[in-house]
Amino acid sequence: MSDELTPDEALDKIDYSPRSKGEPSNWLDTTKSVQIRPGMYCYAAKADSVNTLGLPNAREWNPLDDDWKLPEDWKEILHNGIKERLERFRTFKVFMDVCVRCGACADKCHFFLGTGDPKNMPVLRAELLRSIYRNDFTTAGKIMKKIPGGQRLLGARDLSLEALKEMWYYFFQCTECRRCSVFCPYGIDTAEITIMGRELLNLIGLNIDWIATPVSNCYQTGNHLGIQPHAFKDMLEFFVEDIEDITGVDCTPQFQKKGADILFITPSGDVFADPGTYTCQGYLILFKYLKEKYGLDVTWSTYASEGGNFGFFTSHETMKRLNAKMYAEAKRLGVKWILGGECGHMWRVIHQYMDTMNGPADFLEVPVNPITGTRFENAASTKMVHITEFTADLIKHGKLELDKSRNANRIMTFHDSCNPARGMGLLDEPRYVIENCCDNFYEMPPNTIREQTFCCGSGAGLNAGENMELRMAGALPRANALKHVHEKYGVNTLGTICAIDRAALSTLCEYWVPDVEVAGVHELVGNALILPGEKERTEDLRMEPLPGVEEE
Amino acid sequence: MNQRYLIPLTAVFLLFLMAYIGVEGLGLQVVFGVIFPYLAVLLFLIGFVKKVMGWAASAVPFRIPTTCGQQKSLPWIKQNTIDNPNTSAGVFVRMVFEIFLFRSLFRNTKAAFNRNADNRLSYSWEIFLWVGALAFHYAFLTVLLRHFRFFTAPVPSCIQFLEYIDGIVQLGLPGLFVSGPVLLLAALFLLGRRIFDAKVNYISQAADYFPLFLIIGIAATGIAMRYFTKVDIIGIKELTMGLATFSPVIPEGVGGLFYAHVFLVSVLFAYFPTSKLMHMGGVFLSPTRNMANNTRAKHHENPWNYDVDVHTYAQYEDHFRDKMIEAGLPVDKKE
Ligand code: SF4
Ligand code: SF4
Repeated sequence: MSDELTPDEALDKIDYSPRSKGEPSNWLDTTKSVQIRPGMYCYAAKADSVNTLGLPNAREWNPLDDDWKLPEDWKEILHNGIKERLERFRTFKVFMDVCVRCGACADKCHFFLGTGDPKNMPVLRAELLRSIYRNDFTTAGKIMKKIPGGQRLLGARDLSLEALKEMWYYFFQCTECRRCSVFCPYGIDTAEITIMGRELLNLIGLNIDWIATPVSNCYQTGNHLGIQPHAFKDMLEFFVEDIEDITGVDCTPQFQKKGADILFITPSGDVFADPGTYTCQGYLILFKYLKEKYGLDVTWSTYASEGGNFGFFTSHETMKRLNAKMYAEAKRLGVKWILGGECGHMWRVIHQYMDTMNGPADFLEVPVNPITGTRFENAASTKMVHITEFTADLIKHGKLELDKSRNANRIMTFHDSCNPARGMGLLDEPRYVIENCCDNFYEMPPNTIREQTFCCGSGAGLNAGENMELRMAGALPRANALKHVHEKYGVNTLGTICAIDRAALSTLCEYWVPDVEVAGVHELVGNALILPGEKERTEDLRMEPLPGVEEE
Repeated sequence: MNQRYLIPLTAVFLLFLMAYIGVEGLGLQVVFGVIFPYLAVLLFLIGFVKKVMGWAASAVPFRIPTTCGQQKSLPWIKQNTIDNPNTSAGVFVRMVFEIFLFRSLFRNTKAAFNRNADNRLSYSWEIFLWVGALAFHYAFLTVLLRHFRFFTAPVPSCIQFLEYIDGIVQLGLPGLFVSGPVLLLAALFLLGRRIFDAKVNYISQAADYFPLFLIIGIAATGIAMRYFTKVDIIGIKELTMGLATFSPVIPEGVGGLFYAHVFLVSVLFAYFPTSKLMHMGGVFLSPTRNMANNTRAKHHENPWNYDVDVHTYAQYEDHFRDKMIEAGLPVDKKE
């Protein structure tokens, strides 16, 4: 990361008035000069991964090269691809037609706010594709391209190689966070356009490796890191040892248990990388507690060991292929319903797509919390409940014994992850859980939370190492709000319910707000929960002294 | 200077002159007063219906509303029933707010960055676009409805009432209709934004300026006729009633300014369906706003759902069986 900008240099670059940097007066002109700049893009997908999935045009290629090794008939493929999607998705068709370029969305994107690059204004990101659409698919476009200068008047352009490169560059500078859509008077969702754009790019083999390889791993081994079954088990057992050191209680989970009550699926990031691992320990502690106290039987699965769905960043089809495992495994194991861990886009897929793609899951029961009797009506069809809904319900009914003082060193704020916030509306449940596990909770400023929350800057598969400049720029708005509460209230922990956040926000904190740590909500639960038969705890899950302990 | 607005400005000006000279110089009253208006309305209707039907023909495979508030979940958590509706009634209210009050635009904020002082990114409420847009659309609607007095006899009482309300601010004679100047000013404001706001300027194309200039031209000619040049109202009503009853007549004594006004309106109508103005129809069909957030509660069909290749558990076990057995993980087939 030595070639990376310092925070000060990054801040110097920010300027929200497009013309001041000598940009040509019409963005249609800039296509030829599209500069694919290291630090701002992810490496191209490896041929191997693309092959595993049977996706088109597997080859080694480099975005910095002139030749992208496209198929002969790439224009035709794209043209047909657009045509097909216009019929399949009303969103796409309507959104191509109705934007009035009012600019309300322009300064809502974290990538625009962090880079000042005018093509990161959501409207312009969409216009990149819309200009092709207008040219090739509308009556006005067909007439105007016959008139000299007509294309320019309409804002239309031909599908050229430069235009394609520009689309690739900017569709992979969108985290599909949907913040722009909240402000658009017509609900135009640029994330949806990005999704279509990426799907189209995929048709001619223009994927990035940080998406293609996790997808291929998920497909083969069940999780995005390619952790094999025995290794997955080992990793959880490693946590079990740690927990036993801390609490004196053995929290060994069950795997692939047929006839268990509940199948639990979480993003594999929780199993693999700090600080997600502490959240994972929190789950293990919770399930042990529920087993001991109420006899609840929860199983994990190594086959369906990934909640995160990188297919979502590839195409609807790939998303469906990966998502299918959840129902298949629930059916095979004969559980009653599925519980899902803390993950952002996993929940977008579960909430908005799963039941339609792979449902109805009529082999499962409508989720009922056997301990409280609560029927989760809002999950009556998918049969899948979010763990913060589940835990909030338990807390509300007084079923958990929590010792808040163990989190007394944490001065919390909460980062709403984009997907649950804007694709679901899961806002109060995690807050309720946090407030019951910890006394110190402060909100970030209102324009940066709940449905107006800012992306971590690394969603949608952009959590790679090589695009660090882009990630840090995109993370600026989030970090800026965090810094504010850090300075004002001494906030030292950023709670979140997304695995990508836990990875991405940790890096962003290091860069922008070095004194803040990131924690999953169930890490707090794991710390606070008083396990039956536990020894007196002196350490939290990070093996740091509990508040008050070090002085003794 | 910028050709992206100079060309549309010139075009609107030429259109005006075309009609004015066509009538005053060449006596083409029938063309500009009868043929073009009929043609324009026809193009508008056909184009509008075609476009909306085209949208409706596309599938809505997934329910993907943008949720802007708390979901319906546990009974003791308060749901935001308007911004995150789970029923059609909630969606209806959301859409009413969206269509009549531009609710999403109302949320608009403006971001500013303060380099060095404290390096703060700050967001302030930005209400002007909302005010401008609302004023523009309501004034336009009022003006449009008011014009029905030219196409009806007797004039329906609701139109008369609207005129009464619109003219309630009395300033000199003839009575001032507030909607006219408001429309003109709001359109000028929207134009000003496009020219002076650097971000909006950057994204604007000729296709954004053209309808604005057209509407400004229409409003200006309308106001000029009503308050300054004093056109022959009786003659105009004769012509418009003729159009409305499909027995067109060309009255004497109606000047070129009127025909130019009508021609600009005709161009707007004809242009409407192929342009961004179709947001008028699109706002009703926007899938992120007009669907209930009940995707986990109810099953929705995707009309083109098809089977895909999946990596089955059996394949998975075949691949990893030995390792699984060794690790003590349960397997379906042991050997
Ligand atoms: S807010 Fe909506 S209509 Fe306005 S420019 Fe953005 S996408 Fe277009
Ligand atoms: S979805 Fe998010 S990242 Fe993409 S354009 Fe909109 S605000 Fe920017």
